[in-house]
Amino acid sequence: MSNNETMSLTLKIWRQKNQNTKGFFEEHKMDDVNPHMSFLEMLDLLNEHLMQDQKEPIEFDHDCREGICGSCNLVINGVAHGPEMRTAACQLHMRKFNDGDTITIEPWRAEAFPMIKDLVVDRSAFDRIMSAGGYVSVGTGNAPDANAIPIPKQQADQAMDYAVCIGCGACVASCPNSSASLFTGAKISQFANLPQGEPERKRRVVAMVEQMEKEGFGDCSNYAECEAVCPVGISISAIAEMRREYMKALI
Amino acid sequence: MPTTEQPMNTFKWDSKIPSGPLGEKWSNHKNNVKLVNPNNKRKHNIIVVGTGLAGASAAASLAELGYNVDAFCIQDSARRAHSIAAQGGINAAKNYQNDGDSVWRLFYDTIKGGDYRSREANVHRLAEVSNNIIDQCVAQGVPFAREYGGTLSNRSFGGAQLSRTFYARGQTGQQLLLGAYSALMKGVNSGKINMYAREEMLDLVVIDGVARGIITRNLVTGEINRYAADAVLLCTGGYGNVYYLSTNAKNSNVTAAWRCYKRGAAFANPNFTQIHPTCIPVSGDYQSKLTLMSESLRNDGRVWVPKKVGDKRHPNDIPDDERDYYLERIYPSFGNLVPRDVASRNAKYVCDEGRGVGETGLAVYLDFRDAIKRDGENVIRDKYGNLFDMYEKITGENPYEVPMRIFPAVHYTMGGLWVDYNLMTTVPGLFALGEANFSDHGANRLGASALMQGLADGYFVIPYTLGDYIASAKPDKITTDHKAFEETEREAVAQLDKLLKIKGKKTILDFHRQLGKVMWDKVGMARNEEGLKEAIAEIREMRAEFWENVFVPGEPATYNKYLEYANRVADFLELGELMAVDALDRRESCGGHFREESQTPEGEAQRDDENFSYVSVWEFMGLEKDPVLHKEDLIFENVKLTQRSYK
Repeated sequence: MSNNETMSLTLKIWRQKNQNTKGFFEEHKMDDVNPHMSFLEMLDLLNEHLMQDQKEPIEFDHDCREGICGSCNLVINGVAHGPEMRTAACQLHMRKFNDGDTITIEPWRAEAFPMIKDLVVDRSAFDRIMSAGGYVSVGTGNAPDANAIPIPKQQADQAMDYAVCIGCGACVASCPNSSASLFTGAKISQFANLPQGEPERKRRVVAMVEQMEKEGFGDCSNYAECEAVCPVGISISAIAEMRREYMKALI
Repeated sequence: MPTTEQPMNTFKWDSKIPSGPLGEKWSNHKNNVKLVNPNNKRKHNIIVVGTGLAGASAAASLAELGYNVDAFCIQDSARRAHSIAAQGGINAAKNYQNDGDSVWRLFYDTIKGGDYRSREANVHRLAEVSNNIIDQCVAQGVPFAREYGGTLSNRSFGGAQLSRTFYARGQTGQQLLLGAYSALMKGVNSGKINMYAREEMLDLVVIDGVARGIITRNLVTGEINRYAADAVLLCTGGYGNVYYLSTNAKNSNVTAAWRCYKRGAAFANPNFTQIHPTCIPVSGDYQSKLTLMSESLRNDGRVWVPKKVGDKRHPNDIPDDERDYYLERIYPSFGNLVPRDVASRNAKYVCDEGRGVGETGLAVYLDFRDAIKRDGENVIRDKYGNLFDMYEKITGENPYEVPMRIFPAVHYTMGGLWVDYNLMTTVPGLFALGEANFSDHGANRLGASALMQGLADGYFVIPYTLGDYIASAKPDKITTDHKAFEETEREAVAQLDKLLKIKGKKTILDFHRQLGKVMWDKVGMARNEEGLKEAIAEIREMRAEFWENVFVPGEPATYNKYLEYANRVADFLELGELMAVDALDRRESCGGHFREESQTPEGEAQRDDENFSYVSVWEFMGLEKDPVLHKEDLIFENVKLTQRSYK
């Protein structure tokens, strides 16, 4: 589609005042969507129209708009982050849709992510999983020379593959069980692949897995939906690795 | 126009630079600072605002020392602070490559890169602690890129002829921030840090001239809260979003720093803005932000435009002898790796000549054809894969086959709150760290130095200098019942109420875009006296209209992102004017500040060391009153000032 054409869309957007009120889909028609806009820029434009009519805009989380901060959390046409593989909603562009499309937009839905407003939910459960053990306990100033421990490239690359998790929560939103196993497994696997993670290996996996359960996330039953929607392509081998680590820690 | 000028050497504040030879200043200072007994540290509350590299590293380090830390961020998690988006790398003087690097060279490159508008002592300290940062991050489990032998890998960045940049693919900022964030979460787990996410600082509480707390708004409930402390650390990043379009995250803002300015913290070099040369060009009016393509790409990508004006052929159809690799042509020694200000300015020149490419003519090519031919696509994918993917998602073009189109965009602000050597602002008890302060990058920051500075300030500077302040100032106990808290809260709430009551006809975005355009056109890549004066007048008019005619939706006591936004744009509308005023005062060109009246015959920035070798330090005198300019003279005892040359 060329730069000058605009698209017409029908949007069905979830509106909800707060956790204690009932939500509903609200329909909006737009006829001035440029195909080169990002998905969030399309929502910006809708909000501009709403405010020009002195109406309340739609709340949604966003920040970096480069796919790295992990703020954006939209379920688009039933898929977390929308139709484009390995792409966060902020990096999705309208050229991936067709003129005349109807698009539904919903928030992450999971018991462990309580509703705040409209498309905004509370993901602080992830922070609590991290604070339970997602770190190497090394005080500032207490480090040996960076090259003192050589780490094979392959191993460092493997750790990096897990470390790129942006903590968006799409894995939870897409999982029929609302499991946070991919998120938790990614952090555990990063450290399990590095010598720095060794001393706290057992304590870490037990603490993080227990916290995950305490927060009300479900168990993993290998649907692998999480891997399919992960915007940075974290492999479900992270979950296998987490289970292996957990078993070893309990023995 | 502002009142200015005092005679030399009567600078109002003390920069507290330690005496002694340059290389010994920091060690001596550390040996001389006062200490706080470990048992006493737990009696002190410290507020840390912002959880990017500077804030998270400071909060974690101070908590480890025993202080009680209250940390705040506007995002829903501390991990989302905008440091997360830094791509390319972090500098350190490790000399692992045996290519002759040293603390001196990193110091020298940084001072020179900043066009001699930063303090020698601060920059030297930064270079000294750079190596500790890498050690610390590796110990935390940051998965830096490695060689097959298991040692750390390095690459080059602009403004340096050495490979001193450590990196984790194209996500170095993410990995460093997650390292600092995990250290922060460890502090949360041990109970030493109270983490308040989605809570925004609205104002600083000053009692008897000393910073004693903050007023915040809970962004979920709209509740207004008071927090008292013995010191407040501002780690709130930069203010590039004053230009509306920038590479900053959408929620990055100046509000916390600006409110501190209005409470007495002087603002230094506000006009010093970094315009990054390699960003994805603007494609339309709807655009909400600009995306950076890491400078590391200039290691392998070659920048060019067609030799002929108006050459509309497909780039792959333009033969080599009809291409102008202008950076390689003009700067043979640094080539595509000239510093950012130089690369940006040259992109502007070739586009001004009509040789720009793409639909708008406001872009140049960054071409990987030769690197792919030389190293193979796999090697290039390994180094930059995620950046290439991101480019393709945004533009719909495949950069392995077609050259990237890039254009400069606002990226970083070297200016910020003035701080002394201890990182303390002109308000005792208020410190500023990372991009929020002005201290280390002069008039232009070198690539891969922002991560270095954020972590240097948080991990290795503030733990010493804060202790010195606490031990010397011995702050007495106060509570949030103090009338200063009540008054400050009342003022902050009044502003929010006022915004909501206007119910005007224009949206907040209308004003922000309008401000951004004036800033980009007149306080952007090139500035002149006439344009700056126009900018000042236009911003004043815009500000007046904003307070009469903006529409802010919703209620105060709920989640209301547009209320947050309005409150931030209100401050940008004041800051923009100060930036123009500052740019007008500095009638020289230096680094990112290019005054058209001051250039060499070849069009390079022409510094005027005799008249402008100072830090511009602005003191707030009241709303709609001119700020007062104080000048901190920059004294160079170790480097010789030369006209920068990258030829």
